[in-house]
Amino acid sequence: MSDLLAARSLMAMSLGFHIIFAMVSMAMPLLMILAEWRWLKTGQDAYLIIAKRWAKGTAIFFAVGAVTGTVLSFQLGLLWPTFMAWAGPIIGLAFSIEGFAFFTESIFLGIYLYGWRKVSPRAHLAAGGVVALSGVVSGLVVVMANGWMNTPRGFTIVDGMPSNIDPIAALLNPSGLLQAPHMILAAFAATGFAVAGIHAFLLLRHPDNPFHQYAFKIALSVGCVSAILQPLSGDLLAKRVAELQPLKLAVFEGQVQTQQGAPFRMGGIWNSEREVFDYVLEIPYALSLMLHLDPYGEVKGFKDFPKENWPPIGIVRTAFQIMVLIGFLMMFLALWAAWLTFGTRDIFQSKTFLRAMVAATPLGFIATEIGWVATEVGRQPWVVVGYVKTAEAVTPMPGLTVPLIFFGALYTFLALIVTWLMFRHVAATPDQFEMIVSAQAS
Amino acid sequence: MIELETALAIVLLVALTFYALMGGADFGAGVWHLLAHGSSRRDQHRLIGEALGPIWEANHVWLILIVTILFTAFPTAYAQISVTLHIPLTLLVIGIVLRGSAYAFRHYDIQDDEIHVRWDQLFALSSLISPVLLGIIMGTITAGNFSLSPDSFYEGYVLYWVQPFPLAVGILALVLFAYLAAVYLILETSDVQLQEIFRKRAIAAAVFSGLLGEIVFFLGKSGAPYLWGGLTNNIWGGLIILGTVGFTLAAVWFLSTRQYWWARTCAILQVTLTIWAWGVAQFPYLIPPYLTIYNTSSPEFTLQLILFVLLLGALLLFPALIYLFRIFKSRSVFGQHQ
Repeated sequence: MSDLLAARSLMAMSLGFHIIFAMVSMAMPLLMILAEWRWLKTGQDAYLIIAKRWAKGTAIFFAVGAVTGTVLSFQLGLLWPTFMAWAGPIIGLAFSIEGFAFFTESIFLGIYLYGWRKVSPRAHLAAGGVVALSGVVSGLVVVMANGWMNTPRGFTIVDGMPSNIDPIAALLNPSGLLQAPHMILAAFAATGFAVAGIHAFLLLRHPDNPFHQYAFKIALSVGCVSAILQPLSGDLLAKRVAELQPLKLAVFEGQVQTQQGAPFRMGGIWNSEREVFDYVLEIPYALSLMLHLDPYGEVKGFKDFPKENWPPIGIVRTAFQIMVLIGFLMMFLALWAAWLTFGTRDIFQSKTFLRAMVAATPLGFIATEIGWVATEVGRQPWVVVGYVKTAEAVTPMPGLTVPLIFFGALYTFLALIVTWLMFRHVAATPDQFEMIVSAQAS
Repeated sequence: MIELETALAIVLLVALTFYALMGGADFGAGVWHLLAHGSSRRDQHRLIGEALGPIWEANHVWLILIVTILFTAFPTAYAQISVTLHIPLTLLVIGIVLRGSAYAFRHYDIQDDEIHVRWDQLFALSSLISPVLLGIIMGTITAGNFSLSPDSFYEGYVLYWVQPFPLAVGILALVLFAYLAAVYLILETSDVQLQEIFRKRAIAAAVFSGLLGEIVFFLGKSGAPYLWGGLTNNIWGGLIILGTVGFTLAAVWFLSTRQYWWARTCAILQVTLTIWAWGVAQFPYLIPPYLTIYNTSSPEFTLQLILFVLLLGALLLFPALIYLFRIFKSRSVFGQHQ
């Protein structure tokens, strides 16, 4: 394996691993404070137990997210020193802002986890609110920094080096501004669905346990609202990609040749010899209509761009398609949930729905991972689109397969342990009697 | 008005000081976890676990802040450090990952069983290794003199950190962190037996850190000539050396007479003085002799912005930190009875 490929694989692995933990620690605090707020309002102990259980699980995800985030802050330099020397002055500021958001998140999570009996109920709930808010701010600035790699702004090139640097313009780059809400919604949708899925599974076994009923409702409502908003956010983002990164969009949508009245294509396998997609299902005019609100609007094909700047077509296209498919599946499930709640008013009676939710448990995370594959592999061969190629940014350090294997083993180990801990966590279902006792004890 | 570069270098030193005093002490507590023995072993472990609980995550963020300031304000220095010190930096982050994860697995697990002993061991072991690596990295940067065009893998990526000076700084960092942890832990408990245990350990660590400080200083004569020059060519250098020794001796005295508040103050001052002495002697180098805070710095507007963000962030951070410590450390830090 070449060192460049090893560096890219290691970066992808670190990001792919960290992102799960970042998403859960971004979304869970909202679920926690919703449960705690319900407890303060209704006085029902089950809500308190939910908040406490979720807080403990979140603490594990937050800790692993924090340390793997530390890995990333070092690996940016360890793997891409040239990129960092180039980009640090322009986009580094985002990470300093993120540092402070991370500070408040850590401080108030400490208060939330350990302060149940040390601060007033209101202060405790507020601490949870600060955790939730700073988690979102962290995600926001980090994704905006990533957006800058796609649509770099805030500098001009003089003698091959960036000059006239404006970090604010860089941070407020057009791609980042729409990528950030897309990612935040993804975190809430994925986490909401995953938590709802776990409680749906337990509800099928213990249908009358209020602990699971309440937990399911809270997680489901957060997940559903986000899942319904997510396709809208995706649509806005796709329009911006079409405008600013037409090559990337053409690969996403399988648009080989420039065309007026482009169809929306589903499925398809990239045939690199003949340079066409085989087995494609087309909806006439739909892509032009989606992007330009005009059935005859022009969509650029990627063959209009030099081939050396194409990303790997098959991977990017497939990843994008699966992401969109999952997005629609989740939106459909969310609408089904809304119909059950507001139509029949008894969501727990539908075993089919609960089973569908169990099946949907990992969907949001799969969609997010694969969405990042689409956007990051879709950015290749560039690290800063149009300015720096990934191959130019890599460290001169040889033998990068060694850290790749090392970190691969480390992440596998951590993933296994966290999964096992979550099984223990979930397996310890409280019954109603235990709930009363432990609520009194706390 | 001081220059932007100097202001940011001062901010870096402040952040490094906080990281050593807070995050460093958390590593030191892990070292005492490893060394705990005797009939009160379980109580020592519990004391350490509880002392870290609400604050260790926040204490860790200082390191992230340092890294982000470095790559925003002095990006080429960050790039050079990342290349030459690739191996120890990688080992350091692995240590940090294992330490934090093991602590979380141990303390946020819903059930309580035998495997917790394993997590404790992993926590303690990685707490021992990480500070040494951190010290080695700091020592290597201090020594500098990296070859501009290394001839071999060994010269490019290994040579500079397997020298006596960085290794001695590694041990010094470990001992200083353990020393801080021991004096903090005395004030974290009201159990006299535990206080006595950590009092003895604090005295041992204080003496050891004082001796190591001198060893590092003299190794610096050949190992880190710029540091040596910065400390010996003026009166301040001498005063600083005397100061650190003075604080060590004072701490030992206060520990012997069980005046723990004063002992802790002396320990904090010793570590702070050591870091600032290093910073002042090193000025204006980031990696001597080629990279300084001036020739590696970002453009002025970036520096102004990051300084503004840091000031704004500090206004947010310090009240929050004080709130956190008031809730959980009101007795040990603010001297109030809960």
